[in-house]
Amino acid sequence: MAKFSKPAAGSWTQNYPELGTGPVDYTDSVDPAFYEDERHAIFRRNWLNVGRVEQLPRVGSYFTKELPCIGSSVVINKDRDGEIHAFHNICRHRGNKLVWDDFPNEETSGSCRQFTCKYHAWRYELNGDLAFVQQEKEFFDLDKSKYGLKTIRCEVWEGFIFINLDVNAKPLTEFLGPLIKGTEGYPFHEMTEVYSYKAEIGSNWKLFIDAFAEFYHAPILHQKQAVKDEASKLLDVGFEALHYQIEAPHSMVSSWGGMAPPKDPNMVKPIERKLRSGLFGPWDRPDIEGLDPLPEGINPARHRAWGIDEFEIFPNMSLLFWAPGWYLTYHYWPTAVNKHIFEANLYFVPAKTARERLAQELAAVTFKEYALQDANTLEATQTMLATREISDFPLNDQEVLLRHLHTTVQRIVEEYRNDNVNN
Amino acid sequence: MTTSTTEAATVTKQLPEEFAALSRFSAWILPTEPERYTKRLASSMEEMQDLYDVGMEHLDAALDYCDKFDINDLPDEARNLFHLLQSVVMVSFPIECWSQARVPDSGAAYVALVHEPVV
Repeated sequence: MAKFSKPAAGSWTQNYPELGTGPVDYTDSVDPAFYEDERHAIFRRNWLNVGRVEQLPRVGSYFTKELPCIGSSVVINKDRDGEIHAFHNICRHRGNKLVWDDFPNEETSGSCRQFTCKYHAWRYELNGDLAFVQQEKEFFDLDKSKYGLKTIRCEVWEGFIFINLDVNAKPLTEFLGPLIKGTEGYPFHEMTEVYSYKAEIGSNWKLFIDAFAEFYHAPILHQKQAVKDEASKLLDVGFEALHYQIEAPHSMVSSWGGMAPPKDPNMVKPIERKLRSGLFGPWDRPDIEGLDPLPEGINPARHRAWGIDEFEIFPNMSLLFWAPGWYLTYHYWPTAVNKHIFEANLYFVPAKTARERLAQELAAVTFKEYALQDANTLEATQTMLATREISDFPLNDQEVLLRHLHTTVQRIVEEYRNDNVNN
Repeated sequence: MTTSTTEAATVTKQLPEEFAALSRFSAWILPTEPERYTKRLASSMEEMQDLYDVGMEHLDAALDYCDKFDINDLPDEARNLFHLLQSVVMVSFPIECWSQARVPDSGAAYVALVHEPVV
């Protein structure tokens, strides 16, 4: 029996008629040609979040991102005016990679006054201008003003740094639209205690978004994580979200979560009772402004049992808000049709006491255990999808965001292919 | 500090006197998650049960002790105690849920912690 009401259209899926209700074709996750077109049509044309402003604490701070999905390595830095820039990580002289440590394919971060190429010591200002050329007189009519670093569009929203390779793309805030902008004002800047995780996953990037964008799997895959009575209850009830919303290309799901704190202490494990923390984070809200009331876009159903919102920022970022007052991001960076780098970042208000700090530790440890289970199913799915014995899959109403993701990606790639044929 | 590695290796990490009952778990005084996770995977259920039982018994008192200080500036003994508490958290899932060191149904999957606020 349904616990939470659905839209007048009859279901979340039918609320968005363009999605249809038929089976969804997953060839988009195994076809190498589709992946190549996806890189061009999606990753080289959309805003991609590459980090946060806290990663650039002072003038000269920088970090690099290796992004095979756009076919480049990128340097993001802060210049003397406090402005944030993104550059292709390439020296204008003869193409050497500009910023790296011992291994050219490993990401790095640090701080510098100028960027100096390891090869011939060409130097660049923090704003990208070419500052110095070794033996400049040996060159022919070299106009240094024309050999600055190659810039990439870079815009910041709520402390999140985005880049876009498409010079014709609309501005970032317009791209994010009302759905994502509905979270503005959340105290992101207060949550600077960060736990970061990384994994190489043997699946298409969309499959991990699929895994996180539905909670239909949670009572099954994660049942051994809960105390026994609670696990069987969850299994009986199944999962229904409070609310889904799609504003293409972005989307969100809002879910209940009564575990922080639980109604009955026996619903949770002994250490959770002791530390007042668990999967949903420390039970006690940090004492900061901005969490009550929350921005309008968060908990859109205004439900008392609200526990978590997950926003899917197209194409490859998830932004999750947890009721007890912390947030989390996921990024999925494709490296091949059947591989991607998964990144997760947990953001808490810095702990003031050992007790608060250990409560965060329990949340972080718990997160990793769930992520390991989620990750493990993906490679198995990828290998079987790759057989192409079956391509069409019947997604249910609690999987509406997956339907949205795959149909959106397929539509964009199809438009891109049509444009290429016509031009 | 110029402590030689051999010297460092032989010095047992000290806990506050009040927590002498925890001193036999000094091998679990590990500052980072990758160290604690690796130690967990290499430990038997008996070892972890022992740490969990004694650790849970002293958890509240140990946190009260640490909270006499600034969390960002703990004296060495309190810091050691806190690192030990982090190991109690690390073994809690195997003891409370799985009866095994690794999360079930996770096969060969790995997720590496690459950045954390180390106390």
